[in-house]
Amino acid sequence: MKTNFWPLRAKRSDAADAGLEAELDRLRGTICEMGGLAEAAIREAMEALVRRDAEAAARVVRRDRKIDALETEIERRAVEIIGRCAPTAADLREAVAALKIAGVVERIGDYAKNIAKRVPSVEDSRIRPISLLPEMARIAAEMVHDALDAFAARDPKKAAAVTERDAAVDDFYNSIFRSLLTHMMENPHNITPATHLLFVARNLERIGDHATNVAEMVYFAATGEYLADRAKGADTTAIGADEREK
Amino acid sequence: MEIASIALLLAALAGAALGGGAAFGLIRSRLVSEALSPKGDDIPAADDDSVTLLAAFEDPLLVVRDRRVLIANPAAKALLGDHIEGSDVRLAIRHPAAAEHLAGDGGGGERVRIELVGLGELGRPWEMLLTPLADGSRLVHLADQSQARAAEQMRVDFVANASHELRTPLATLIGFIETLQDEAAVDPATRQRFVGIMAGEALRMRDLLDDLMSLSRIEAERFALPRDTVDLRPLIGEVRAALKPIAGGRSIRLENRAGETLVGGDRSQLAQMLTNLIVNALKYGRAETPVRIRLDDAGPDLLRLSVIDKGDGIAAEHVPRLTERFYRVDPGRSRQVGGTGLGLAIVKHIVLRHRGRLEIRSRLGVGTRVEVLLPRAAVT
Repeated sequence: MKTNFWPLRAKRSDAADAGLEAELDRLRGTICEMGGLAEAAIREAMEALVRRDAEAAARVVRRDRKIDALETEIERRAVEIIGRCAPTAADLREAVAALKIAGVVERIGDYAKNIAKRVPSVEDSRIRPISLLPEMARIAAEMVHDALDAFAARDPKKAAAVTERDAAVDDFYNSIFRSLLTHMMENPHNITPATHLLFVARNLERIGDHATNVAEMVYFAATGEYLADRAKGADTTAIGADEREK
Repeated sequence: MEIASIALLLAALAGAALGGGAAFGLIRSRLVSEALSPKGDDIPAADDDSVTLLAAFEDPLLVVRDRRVLIANPAAKALLGDHIEGSDVRLAIRHPAAAEHLAGDGGGGERVRIELVGLGELGRPWEMLLTPLADGSRLVHLADQSQARAAEQMRVDFVANASHELRTPLATLIGFIETLQDEAAVDPATRQRFVGIMAGEALRMRDLLDDLMSLSRIEAERFALPRDTVDLRPLIGEVRAALKPIAGGRSIRLENRAGETLVGGDRSQLAQMLTNLIVNALKYGRAETPVRIRLDDAGPDLLRLSVIDKGDGIAAEHVPRLTERFYRVDPGRSRQVGGTGLGLAIVKHIVLRHRGRLEIRSRLGVGTRVEVLLPRAAVT
């Protein structure tokens, strides 16, 4: 039987611990708020892409600042909590996880912003493999959604379930990669928009990866154990496998 | 305290539901001071009566103060998770629009309605009603909007489908017209054949428009109960005579086992219903087999009309969807026999307007029986 530290916390009566509890709760609330913004950014960026709505895309880009501001706030508060309250065991794991999750959610927001930024470039393109992209986005967004739900509920089972879906996103990426390549070979005019769409797919793939990272941290914070290494979808594209784009 | 406090909470909920405004803050402030008493520190706890009362509501309800969830009823816990009670409200609802309104204090503010997507499952639409209370706590009411959205979506789909259905014959027409404009390229025999096809497509468009118009007429009258009394037996005779030319030598038989065949109804709509049902039976029944129409008693208040064909039948998975607009089991075949995809949708709406019931039974390889149960004419 694995040790679960969480029920212990509810029984504490110490004033300092009650303060710590309240602080951690607020921290978690702020992370959820940030996650909600990131989720909305993915949804709206994809809607803007499908509708070729440059204005809606610009809104997504502007709103990313709010996510960045929240990350700074979380960082500051998490460090403060660690310094001032000196949490131990589960509480410490929670504070550290908050710090790390905030960073990852900020990256997810960046990828959504990057998708939005590409909307004007594909606005007048005639290629439509875009039909696969919304489906891929749906799975990636669902992973983010469920990872955040798992975080809010401290639910390691739900978190583990998120990591299993990463392979599906990778498969989508590979299939979109091939279909866009075909479009480029058919007609050189397609190269520019197809490249942008390729980056959109890449961003979605990274969002899926980061949702998995969040889920892994949730699992660790809740159980104190690391999730077994997940099975990766075969990456047949092997281009820029680890690049970070901002 | 119990009865007074419960009455106050009820008043608050009624206010939330009906939008009754100003007196509300006063009511709530008394309620909260009574019901949600502080528990040593400044985190108030909820009393059992309020919890019991909120539990009686089917919609998710939360009472929130200082961004903290004080009470979550079972519906809210089922939707958002058991952990939400006592925690930061953003753990329960992290939607940006909601987060904005849930921050700060709600005292003295206006009631706010916000559209949210993705509470529970991704993409599920909700309406959140925030009622600020005098003491700074808030009643959060979540109303599921998926039904409303589905209806909206159906309307959008319908327009898209209808335009698509009209476009196909139109494209054919335009194609042939363009060919005919180049006179030299077409010999008289081919020209004749083309004109025949064009006439067919034009008729298809007319049929479709007719069906669309009757459908919208029937829908518009949906809530107006038909007033006339119609004798189904002679009406069936008329429809049968009218359809003889297209029956292709197949017989249409009427078996009357009912004593009385009067129903309350709209004569022309009932005739249209009969026509659609019999035409379907003629189209999809096997050649040489008769189409049987049977009338019998289904209890003192209902008359049962059955239209029965012997044909290939319809696989069970399609049966529930047959009355959907433009749903076709086999699109190629439907087109071949000149279907608009609206026949059974019209039948369904006529039956609905007559407060009747439509039942379709089918067995593959045997045939199909469509039963319509209609209320008898009221005895005057």
